[in-house]
Amino acid sequence: MTSPSLAVPAQGGKGDLRTTLSAWRVPLSVLALCVLPWVLPSQALAVNVLIYGLFAVGYNLLFGYTGLLSFGHAAFFGGGAYLTGMVMVHLGLGWFPAMVLGVLGSGVLAAVMGSLSIRTRGIYFSMVTLALSQLVYYVALQATAWTGGENGLRGFTVSKINVLGLTIDFLDPVKKYYVLMVFTALALWFVSRLLNSPFGAVIEAIRENETRARACGYDVERTKLIAFIVSGLICGLAGAMSAMHLAIVPLDSLHYHTSGLVVMMTMLGGAGSFFGPFVGALVFLLIEDVASTWTSHWQLIAGLIFIFFVLFLPKGLWGTFLAWRTQR
Amino acid sequence: MTMRKDLFRSGVSRRTMLGGMAAGVGLLAAPALVRAQAETIRIGFPVPLTGPFGAEAKDQVKCAELAVQQVNAKGGIAGRKVELLVRDDKLNAGEAATRTLELIEKDKVHAIVGSLSSAVQLAVNEVTRARGVIYVSISQSDTINEVKDFSRYTFHEALNPHMTTAAVAEKTFKKGSKVAYLVADYAYGHEMLRGFKRAAAAIGAETVGEILHPIGASDYSTLMPRIRSMKPDILCICNFGRDQANAIKQATEFGLKQSMRIVVPVILYNQRLALGPDAFEGVVGGANYYWGLEKTVPSAKAFNDAYKATHGGAYPSDYGAYGYTGVASLLLAMAQAGGSDTDKVVAALENLKYDVAKGPQFYRKCDHQSVQSVLVLESKKKADMANDQDLFAIIADVPGSETMLRSCGELGFPT
Amino acid sequence: MDLELILMQLFSGVALGAILIMVALGLTIIFGMLGIVNFAHGALFMVGAYAGLYIAERTGSFWWALVLAPLLVGVFGMLIERFLIRPLYKRSIDDPLLLTFGLGYVLVEAVRIIFGTDGVPFSTPSALTGVVDLGVGYFPIYRLFVVGLVAVILIALWLGLEKTKFGLIVRAGARDPLIMRVLGVDISRLWLAVFGLGVALTALGGVLAAPMRNVNPEMGALVLAEAFVVTVIGGMGSLLGAVVAGLGIGIAVSMTALFAPEMATIVMFGLMALVLLVRPQGLFGRPVGA
Repeated sequence: MTSPSLAVPAQGGKGDLRTTLSAWRVPLSVLALCVLPWVLPSQALAVNVLIYGLFAVGYNLLFGYTGLLSFGHAAFFGGGAYLTGMVMVHLGLGWFPAMVLGVLGSGVLAAVMGSLSIRTRGIYFSMVTLALSQLVYYVALQATAWTGGENGLRGFTVSKINVLGLTIDFLDPVKKYYVLMVFTALALWFVSRLLNSPFGAVIEAIRENETRARACGYDVERTKLIAFIVSGLICGLAGAMSAMHLAIVPLDSLHYHTSGLVVMMTMLGGAGSFFGPFVGALVFLLIEDVASTWTSHWQLIAGLIFIFFVLFLPKGLWGTFLAWRTQR
Repeated sequence: MTMRKDLFRSGVSRRTMLGGMAAGVGLLAAPALVRAQAETIRIGFPVPLTGPFGAEAKDQVKCAELAVQQVNAKGGIAGRKVELLVRDDKLNAGEAATRTLELIEKDKVHAIVGSLSSAVQLAVNEVTRARGVIYVSISQSDTINEVKDFSRYTFHEALNPHMTTAAVAEKTFKKGSKVAYLVADYAYGHEMLRGFKRAAAAIGAETVGEILHPIGASDYSTLMPRIRSMKPDILCICNFGRDQANAIKQATEFGLKQSMRIVVPVILYNQRLALGPDAFEGVVGGANYYWGLEKTVPSAKAFNDAYKATHGGAYPSDYGAYGYTGVASLLLAMAQAGGSDTDKVVAALENLKYDVAKGPQFYRKCDHQSVQSVLVLESKKKADMANDQDLFAIIADVPGSETMLRSCGELGFPT
Repeated sequence: MDLELILMQLFSGVALGAILIMVALGLTIIFGMLGIVNFAHGALFMVGAYAGLYIAERTGSFWWALVLAPLLVGVFGMLIERFLIRPLYKRSIDDPLLLTFGLGYVLVEAVRIIFGTDGVPFSTPSALTGVVDLGVGYFPIYRLFVVGLVAVILIALWLGLEKTKFGLIVRAGARDPLIMRVLGVDISRLWLAVFGLGVALTALGGVLAAPMRNVNPEMGALVLAEAFVVTVIGGMGSLLGAVVAGLGIGIAVSMTALFAPEMATIVMFGLMALVLLVRPQGLFGRPVGA
């Protein structure tokens, strides 16, 4: 739905903005993330930008790069969060193994949902992912003994963590931010490597023309499934970070509104670009944070902005910015 | 067909009110102001301004602001001004946790009051508990009383399902009554069912059936034939808000009221306004507050009068009153503690005896539950209403006592 | 369990099915003819209920609301198609979906601003209040009226699409817009009309639901989910599919109510997931893409 931008090293010569940004995208992202808590209104908001930015990056792998519009990614975000919390509450393991298991669990969930849904196409794909994630939602609602049901999962507040012999006060918002930022940076590095690999070229080929990709001898189904699983893993990590941040897992994290939220953020920033989803999450959360303190009708503003983007700026903020810079 | 006549007029007035409120919130949020008065006592107030309980939340804000104004008019607390920082939690537990973190970390509030819904208050509780911040919760839940979620910094101002069901059952069940239950299938629904059945067993009423429904259901038509076939005298509808309104509306539609009485644990002022008198006619339910209390309780009269003076003659709602009693009790304790020192305020709250709007109240030591009166109300017929705000008849004002609560031992506290 | 109760449940299920069909009709028509998944469907349903409320309040009659509200909201739908959706036809199929998703937010918030956040009362028209004895149990007269009306609308739609020239053009336009354009048919006006019809039916559903459910700004959220389930199971765009799926779900939910009523929602979504996995295009849908 959007033109390929950062993934394929652009053809331009020296000084081409795309090429420069593309080559330096991971260090640049990390630099931006380092200053984030000092420029945003609050550290809690900055942590949310990390979490939802990563969620959108994971989602973008499937939507922006592979061209599959999923309406069920709340299952992986919420799934990662629930599994992380449940491992701590019910198995009594520490925060790190809990996060690892949470992320892996999301990957398994993505493998199941992915293998069922990639057999369908177009709008049916969106519908199948929506239906399956709603099932996950209702299971979490009913399995009260495990998930806390409607009340949400509680009782796993992490107040101190030990890293390499160092004890870090995890209730301190700044320290919490930088710990979680390390996870985000690692995930971004991984996504960047993946997109630069042959796999990255294949998923974009599928997005642009599935028939041709198939004719070229690529195993389209398998590639789609792998993209789906990796996307689920990244979104699961975002969920696990959210569990660590809030020390609760709300049932709403599995609701289809959460799926819609990540679509909006990705669209807003620019699907199919490396920085776009993060920019989208940042702008969306900032608008929400600022607007919701002066009007309770902030959703009107969010909805209008979204319509405006679909109509006039389908490449999103970042994509439009790049197109504008490249034209000059 | 009957409809609220002032519908469109009230839409406009609500908009005006919102604008004013938004301006007020903006002012409070201005960081310069906060820093200029470093000694100000700041109270965070996260409530669901957007979403299905927006009307309740807006009334809670008005009432909480009233409590703050009254204290400031008398010179504040130990010479310090009090300010209320209102935030929208969107009825979403994650959003509420984020807003609470912001209030604590950025705005450096001295206490939090607020939230509506069991899930949201448990989220706020989790955040404040870990950081040792005082939290006065103003939404119904049994879970928050239990030892697992206990925080020594949390005080539960709202009634809980155990209290309301006991009071309602006492006034409506009789020995040998046949009772059927329609229950929302989640923690809060089950808490209400447990409360009713416990009261029924003590009274000697008979359970003829229980039907669970999924939370958030829009259609109850397929459950009605089964309820009718159970032939109960009383139908207890154990759900909340929109679910309750839908269930009552459809039970009325199916003519169930002709053969049975409908009873609910909590009857809401705003839901009754939203659904109209016909559907709610004759429904009996519990409440923390109703303005009609002013005839017998002096503090209720004072509260109503102060509210009416600032809001064009309107009366406060039940959930609005929670905003008032929650903030007022906290400010009383702060006054006694001589400031905002957390340990001193907690100690003061534990020993506080207060009567700010509905008669005597106090926080029980073990679980910090506010022991208070429970009202049992019956929704009036349209013909019996003296005016637009005359919604309920007070059947009983059950005085508060510890016997209405589950014992400390039962909740898991050491005795 | 006695036979009377089972028969009564069966009947309740059919009646519920009729309501579900009504709820899904606008969604399935717009998808079937235009290939657009209208995520603002629930919001437009809610707007229909509020429009009905406004008209009933002004005219004092439910019947005027039943006629005028769908017309009014239908025209509004045409404006949406003309100015918001038409620019997107040349783009990806996802774009109208995303646009209507945003539109849903705007409509809900607009209604909150105009009518307030809490619900508003909407009583059953006095001519249709009360219950009637069906022999196996009592049933509300209003619901019987809804079932009858839905049957009439379905027959009218079927006749309109299958037996008239307009219907023929619409069906042909849905199959192959390009050929139609070559033949000199103005496709854009056709799509404008179909979108308006779909939205009008959605609004009619809202007016009909108002006396049974609460009228509040969030009522559309549940409706969107219900309509999706019916449409997806029946096959997106299939009228017959919507009928079969609506009745099937109604009966399934009603029968679960005898044993495990709390499972009603899971049963709906479970059925949907199952059908999608076995037959992705739904029971009566045309396969897409491949």
